[in-house]
Amino acid sequence: MKMSGAQMVCEAIIAEGVTTVFGYPGGAIMNVYDAIYKQTGFEHILNRHEQASVHAADGYARATGKVGVAMVTSGPGFTNAVTGLATAYMDSIPMVVISGQVPLSLIGTDGFQEIDAVGISRPCTKHNYLVDKLEDLPRIMKEAFYIARSGRPGPVLVDVPKDITAEIGEFIYPTEVNMPTYKPNHKGNERQIKKAVDAIVAAKKPLLYIGGGVVLGNAGELVRKLANMAQIPTVETLMARGVMGHDNPLLLGMLGMHGNYSSNMAMSETDLVISLGARFDDRVTGKLSEFAKYAKIIHVDIDPANIGKLVDVDYPIVGDTAEVVAKMIELIEDSVDTSRYQAWRDILNRYNELHPLSYEDSDEVLKPQWVIERIGQTLGEQAIITSDVGQHQMWAAQFYPFDRPRQWINSGGLGTMGFGFPAAIGAKRGCPDKTVINITGDGSILMNMQELVTAAEYEIPVINVILNNHFLGMVRQWQTFFYEKRYSSTDLSFQPNFKMLAEACGGIGYDVTTKKEFDDALADAIKQNKVCFMNVAVNRLENVLPMVPAGGALYNMLLEHKEY
Amino acid sequence: MDSVRRVISVIVINESSVLARVAGLFAGRGYNIESLTVAPIPKSDFSRLTVVTNGSQRVIEQITKQLNKLIPTLKVIEHEEMVEKEMVLVKFPSAEHISDIQALCSTYNGNIVHAGENNIIGMVADEPKRVENFLDACSRYNPLEIVRGGVVAIER
Repeated sequence: MKMSGAQMVCEAIIAEGVTTVFGYPGGAIMNVYDAIYKQTGFEHILNRHEQASVHAADGYARATGKVGVAMVTSGPGFTNAVTGLATAYMDSIPMVVISGQVPLSLIGTDGFQEIDAVGISRPCTKHNYLVDKLEDLPRIMKEAFYIARSGRPGPVLVDVPKDITAEIGEFIYPTEVNMPTYKPNHKGNERQIKKAVDAIVAAKKPLLYIGGGVVLGNAGELVRKLANMAQIPTVETLMARGVMGHDNPLLLGMLGMHGNYSSNMAMSETDLVISLGARFDDRVTGKLSEFAKYAKIIHVDIDPANIGKLVDVDYPIVGDTAEVVAKMIELIEDSVDTSRYQAWRDILNRYNELHPLSYEDSDEVLKPQWVIERIGQTLGEQAIITSDVGQHQMWAAQFYPFDRPRQWINSGGLGTMGFGFPAAIGAKRGCPDKTVINITGDGSILMNMQELVTAAEYEIPVINVILNNHFLGMVRQWQTFFYEKRYSSTDLSFQPNFKMLAEACGGIGYDVTTKKEFDDALADAIKQNKVCFMNVAVNRLENVLPMVPAGGALYNMLLEHKEY
Repeated sequence: MDSVRRVISVIVINESSVLARVAGLFAGRGYNIESLTVAPIPKSDFSRLTVVTNGSQRVIEQITKQLNKLIPTLKVIEHEEMVEKEMVLVKFPSAEHISDIQALCSTYNGNIVHAGENNIIGMVADEPKRVENFLDACSRYNPLEIVRGGVVAIER
């Protein structure tokens, strides 16, 4: 069938089963927007900033497991999208971003709104393309989606010059991908898996260390089965919250810089780390030489480059977590003795009794942890929780009772403030029957607050719970602990009126200072089904605890900080 | 950890920006490039890059793994048993020592490749260590310009 390059882009998106595209038009991408206007295969959501478009596509992908798609124009449209690409890249999120480019004849001439998009995005995409022949476009679109979702997922950029989108050509969308240089390995080596299982059976203090790869690889159920069957204590990374379910007695909690005591002690004392889809990030390991010092390490990862990158691994297994864990279950089924790790579980339970994750509640001032627990009590499994970056993010990860993978959406790797709100918009579009709450801070929310307009226009009822401490709280916390309280540029006492701001953009605003007001506001927000800002005044100097100071050993945790 | 020298060949699809992907990977992750040569592989859609690098064992392993991860990469060869050669061109001021220079060049698998009015140019192709020796030896003839070609290698 003959059609324009712009139509080909749309047809490919439709053929890939994408139902929502987030984007922002501009000169170089106008042909594609014209084709979007004429098609009915997908909905286009006009965000009010390209960064938000990419985060929204990212949130959509994280919530649904499908490839998210964003569309931007050349030059500033593209550069605004870079933070979104980097965010998705660091967390391995499947995404295709289409950017317009100046016509081929103008490339390299410093044309209006020209920037080297493939050059800039090379280090923050899994792969990228500059389309320089129309005949390549269908194949490139097919490959882009395939690369984005296969192997270790990631964002792919397709940069399309304006003359290519205008040109007419024959469109045949390929049914399969033929890339001799790209063949991700999904099946783990069976001999290695067997050896790893033998090590598990022989261990006295094994520990399951679960990362975001389990979520991305849809291996949650299998991992839970493995843990339950062998009765192995489990820790989750920030990216894996929800995999085990908060009430599973085997789950110790989150580990790392703000992990709870028993999780970090478990990692420090285990004799066998079973790492599934985790990558030994510095926020998880603390001081590397002290990390899991007494343990042999099994490392299951789809990306060979993650294995041996930071720690020496005894049992490397390259493969898809779901496939490898399924095989492990098969092998372990008959050989496992669930009483074997009882003594180990007892030790860890005692650690947990000694220093449970806790906070001191108050009747005078709202505690952010209480707010998060309250949302959990009210909505539990029904909600998808997104977050921005900072203290609120850590409290949400610590205190929300997550029950399933994909329930918790945050920028873990890049740590992008401003991610939560647009990601929530994407998540809500992808999962309309869920209540989507963005737990955010008074710093982060301002970084993409223009999305109020988007959410109001498209009637996307995202509830933004702003834990307002009038500080860039996490930086302030570090200044308190490590910079002798020199609060350099972290005091956010000067603020907008969040309630009025939300109302001005077509949403609802709430000012909340007490528990009662919070309950009322949350109930109302759920009922109203409209985008809202819930401005929740919380204790100004609350700290995220426990804390492993940067570069310190996991077992050296600051457990309390009394001085307010 | 001890730093080791490695010669790595990377077979990549011969397409635009593939060199930038490889060079960017080294720059972005802080790996060293001692030398880099690129040329298309005859009668194929592929190019061969030969990179000489150094780093700890862990870094070398990361380099090969990260190179493998690049989408246009077909194969990464970390050379062990190889024949390794480097070419060098040296320009000398006059024809005064021409026979000495010629003798020196031929000792290192080379020859005089140009003898003009103002200068002569010698060329040798040899193992990188021997190329170093050659350059030391010819310093007494006051070379005007030295152009090293970078290492190419082939597995035995």
